[in-house]
Amino acid sequence: MTEIALQVVGLVRRVQGVISHTLVDGIDLSVAKGEFLAITGPSGSGKSSLLYLLGLLDAPTEGEVIICGQPTSKLSETERADVRLTKCGFVFQFHFLLPEFTALENVLLPMRAYGRMSAKEMNERAMMLLTSLGLAEQAAKRPNQLSGGQRQRVALARALANRPEIIVADEPTGNLDTASTEQVFGILRDIADNGQTVVVVTHDAALAARADRRIHIVDGKIHETSFGIDSKPEVAAATGAV
Amino acid sequence: MTTNLLLSIAWTHVSTRVRQTLVGMFGVAMGVGFTIMMAGLMQGSQIDFLRQLVDTMPHVTVEDERRSVPSQPAEEEYAAVGMSNVPNVTRRPGIKYPDTVMASLRSWLPGDVAPSVKTTALVEHGGARVGVTLTGIDPRLEVRVSKLASQMREGQLTDLSKAANGIIIGQALAEKLAVKNGNTVLLGAGQGAQTSATVVGIFRSGLKRVDEGQIYSLISLAQTLMGQSGIINQLRLRLSDPVVAQKVATQVEAQIGYKSVSWQEANADLLSTFATRDFIVLTVMGAMLLTSSFATYNIISTITHEKRHDIAIMKSLGMREYAVRRIFIIESAIMGSVGIVFGWILGYLLCYGWSQITIFNPLTGATVPLQIYYSPMHYIASGAISILCCAVAAFFPARKATRVHPVEIIRGAS
Repeated sequence: MTEIALQVVGLVRRVQGVISHTLVDGIDLSVAKGEFLAITGPSGSGKSSLLYLLGLLDAPTEGEVIICGQPTSKLSETERADVRLTKCGFVFQFHFLLPEFTALENVLLPMRAYGRMSAKEMNERAMMLLTSLGLAEQAAKRPNQLSGGQRQRVALARALANRPEIIVADEPTGNLDTASTEQVFGILRDIADNGQTVVVVTHDAALAARADRRIHIVDGKIHETSFGIDSKPEVAAATGAV
Repeated sequence: MTTNLLLSIAWTHVSTRVRQTLVGMFGVAMGVGFTIMMAGLMQGSQIDFLRQLVDTMPHVTVEDERRSVPSQPAEEEYAAVGMSNVPNVTRRPGIKYPDTVMASLRSWLPGDVAPSVKTTALVEHGGARVGVTLTGIDPRLEVRVSKLASQMREGQLTDLSKAANGIIIGQALAEKLAVKNGNTVLLGAGQGAQTSATVVGIFRSGLKRVDEGQIYSLISLAQTLMGQSGIINQLRLRLSDPVVAQKVATQVEAQIGYKSVSWQEANADLLSTFATRDFIVLTVMGAMLLTSSFATYNIISTITHEKRHDIAIMKSLGMREYAVRRIFIIESAIMGSVGIVFGWILGYLLCYGWSQITIFNPLTGATVPLQIYYSPMHYIASGAISILCCAVAAFFPARKATRVHPVEIIRGAS
């Protein structure tokens, strides 16, 4: 039996306002541990909204997000923050690094916020992550001294810092050139192959095709599901779509 | 560990925004500095004034009257009895056995006591006539209970014994009557007795009502004018610590039964004015500190606005809202505490600067430097209030900024 890392049931997200708007409209989805899931769809289709719900950044209007077997709809904002800190790693289109801090300090941030390791261990882990992403030379530089691709890799290292079960990435390659895109995508692929779950929102159909599974969202609903060329057999088994 | 993180983020924000931080610190420093200066000035002038008052007056005055009508034995015995027209002055004026009373007081008093005779008199000179209070004193004992000896402008206390019917008058009175040292004036008593007296000294206490309405003579002259030989109707006490005067007065009154008035009681109206003044000053100082904290409010508002992205990141990474909020409160505290230290320096310098200024004091008629009171309490209180104001000033913008949902900002950015 394949482990389910992330499961959503009847997920609905509505925005109340002058004009009420349904961003996510009844999505059921299971993501296996170690799966690389790509979410595609046109602008405004609700794919980012779905991603924020999956990463507990946002709370659903209806439905349930189950992360590693833990239902989250009843959690308080603080408890959700704690789950994000330990179980989810975020990468955004805009790198969102703290500008006054060096690459190393940015990677240290989630570990220091969690506070379960000694300063020495944290430093070692941060350096190890930066080195594995080819950034050992850039550790002492600030974000504005790094290229776009380098920043995005620092953001990835930061997302990985607390060994989260799930990496959630929103258009991580949206601002990158082809070479950097290839590099970042490769890293995400490696992360998934190492057993962490990766959920990526992307516009790039070519990249999405290299994921284990691709779901296409239109108007907040899953419009189409397709499987990658080299998708892992357990993914198909987990999602019951053989 | 987490506190460490918050501190380092806060420190980074503050240290990379030098101009803003300096403005914030400057605001706090101004508030604290001016508050200290005001406190020093106000308390300095007040203490100076009180010192003059206390120096001029006896600390406790015992007079030959009772505070209330003595209760009559019949009244104590029967509830129905009501006695009226009972005088509360002793039948024969004067304090009974003054020497014995003084000896007994000296045995426990933290200070000294001197006898005197107080009466009213008219001073006539060159056709002008002024009503005054005449106090007959013993020059040898007087030096122990008043500063009169040091207030002499011309002549000495001992000169009283050198001339027949010598008197010492205040400078203001001397000017009013155009009397010079050595002149002879006519002294009239309420009872009709009249005698000529020689001015042997002129004093100046600094209090106008004393300088204009008080003269001194030997005890015997006052007794003669009253027509009561041997009478002593006033004991004047001077204490080593004027603050305990009230307590001593109560004790003396309990022991000897005569009305004993402390300088605090005699000047209750002045002291209550001081209480009002204190209240006004405290209000103004509080307002200054509060106003200075608005600079902090503004700066924290600006920083939190500029740092919206960082707040969103930290929250999305899983930092709790109150932890993120605390970063900005720490920033305010950093600005506040450094500002307070600068404020202390500024306050001290301002106090020092003011103390170099001399002003004409109409009370004493002398040009004296402004009196500044230096007290660590001023520094502690202004610092404590200021840091509290800073924390509160930071709390509201920080709370508003950190409440923002990260999704709103992340959506806006991408």
